[in-house]
Amino acid sequence: MLRFVLRRLVQVVPTLLLLSLLVFAWLRSLPGGPASAFLGDRATPERIAELNRVLGLDQPIFVQYGRFLGRVLTGDFGASTITGQPVLAEIGRALPATVELSVLALVIAVALGIPLGYLAAQHRGGPVDIATVIGTLIGVAVPVFFLGYLLKAFFAVELGWFPPSGRLSIDVDATNVTGFVVLDGLLTREFDASLDALSHLVLPAVALATIPLAVIVRITRASVLDVLGSDFVRTANSKGLAPGTVRSRHVLRNALLPVSTTIGLQVGLLLAGAVLTEKVFVWGGIGTLLADAITLKDYPRLQALLLLGALVYVLVNLLVDLSYAIIDPRVRL
Amino acid sequence: MSTTWATRRKTRIDDLSAGRSLTSEAFRRLRRDPVALTGATIVGVFVVIAALAPLIAPHGAAEAFPALQENLRPGSIPGPQDGFPLGGDQLGRDFYSRMLLASQQTLLVGVLATVIGLIVGIVIGTLAGAFGGWVDTVLMRVTDVLLAVPSLLLAISVAALAASPSQTTVIIAVAVVGVPIFARLLRGSMLSQRDSDHVIAATALGVKRPAVVLRHMLPNAIGPVIVQATLTLATAILDAAALSFLGLGDADPGRAEWGLMLAQAQSYLDVRPALAFYPAIAIIVVALGFTLLGESLREALDPKGSR
Repeated sequence: MLRFVLRRLVQVVPTLLLLSLLVFAWLRSLPGGPASAFLGDRATPERIAELNRVLGLDQPIFVQYGRFLGRVLTGDFGASTITGQPVLAEIGRALPATVELSVLALVIAVALGIPLGYLAAQHRGGPVDIATVIGTLIGVAVPVFFLGYLLKAFFAVELGWFPPSGRLSIDVDATNVTGFVVLDGLLTREFDASLDALSHLVLPAVALATIPLAVIVRITRASVLDVLGSDFVRTANSKGLAPGTVRSRHVLRNALLPVSTTIGLQVGLLLAGAVLTEKVFVWGGIGTLLADAITLKDYPRLQALLLLGALVYVLVNLLVDLSYAIIDPRVRL
Repeated sequence: MSTTWATRRKTRIDDLSAGRSLTSEAFRRLRRDPVALTGATIVGVFVVIAALAPLIAPHGAAEAFPALQENLRPGSIPGPQDGFPLGGDQLGRDFYSRMLLASQQTLLVGVLATVIGLIVGIVIGTLAGAFGGWVDTVLMRVTDVLLAVPSLLLAISVAALAASPSQTTVIIAVAVVGVPIFARLLRGSMLSQRDSDHVIAATALGVKRPAVVLRHMLPNAIGPVIVQATLTLATAILDAAALSFLGLGDADPGRAEWGLMLAQAQSYLDVRPALAFYPAIAIIVVALGFTLLGESLREALDPKGSR
């Protein structure tokens, strides 16, 4: 187990190195080079030369890459060109908001997706199945940001059930401990703050959950159908096991393996979806940082978000591989 | 009753003896599949509208009308009226014409992005699958890295490179997302071809290596990639819409494209929601069409699928 983890971690290294090389090359291929990109309208030949010298861009390319790598490894991604603050600190501050949102979205997707997929598979060809399949197909085809606006217009503006944007109401006085608003409320026993934060979370989390939900339902359905047709399920049924036992011990357990892979892959979708959802709900998380970085061409920030996003994605998928060993005892790591 | 059973049985035997190819067998299954037919119909109608759009649309995409502009106030955009069946948009242009003309641009963005991604992916996948060894290792490492970046993030970083956003940058950004997917898929199915009997036979007969790769391996390996391309068309259109929403879309205000129109309409949602609804529904229906078609193609080509 430990050896497997170590081996996989070592395998991650070349991937990340190559990614860093790509990101490095990406910054170099900016129109006019990074210096003129950073300076924007204020760029004059003298200033560009000056900045190139300060940034070390007049050095040989290998030296530059070495330095870049050294800085990245020590967590120094430079300062945001928008705020002038260290990029990593900015990301640290915005992270709890996005994690809170993504976790709730993933919880919704998994908690609804697996039972729905199972139900559809059990009633294959029936009205429940057909409705579910059609629902998942439409769920994937709806642009996330449009769905966000729809939810907002209907449930927040029209019905007034949920707040339309932000993470907390202005009049709620919450103590900041961890940056996770819901958690902070629980820790400091300010339960009204927790509740308020939760009500802010509902709409964006639902919008963000749709695509992962649709994917999880489809994979669960296909996987359960696969297992239902297998010999050992027939055996289990014919030797008179209680239907509940067959369902939980035989069908579900075997069907969950592909589903867990899919859940890991959803993390990438959540990151991408967060960019769109956060913009709709003025969320102030990683997605907002990214959206601002795009419009204002903040390259240090973009670069850091790109590298860290890929790192998280790769690590989550490693965790998913580890979860195989728990779900399926035949998998030896 | 018994005769129909007998004839049916007879045709089935004929089918078997005719020894149909996998492709024609797949087509036969597709024609009977309501899902495939629905998908094909949606895609067909979309393509026809897109092709004929300049002929059907009563007005140009950038053409503004005084009749519509006069009634344009903050908080009010004119609705349907004589000569303008869907009303005007936020700049006093004919919304109906723009919806029609946008189908062409949307199809163009989706198809070009997919085809560019497909071509690059096929080249990479063929090289990796045909040569193996270090070529394969290097190409697949790069592909893995691209796959490790969430797709929209990848598209964003490519689109953000351009000095100013344009339709070309959107197409390239969306195309890049498809490349690693196509390349991986093709490599996998090329590898399974490499040791198959017909390839060994061709090599033994003295067929030159490029010919073996291009004439014997590639045609047999490309099926899953084409299926994936159909599915990618749907995501390409959605990704392009997302890029527009983030401000990385086409900067030309006169251009009509559904994703762009949807993104721009977000500012007028409470004024005239129809401006967002029509493009959104068009995108959803078209994406659904390509997905249905792709999924049923996948099922029809699956040799295991006897359904």
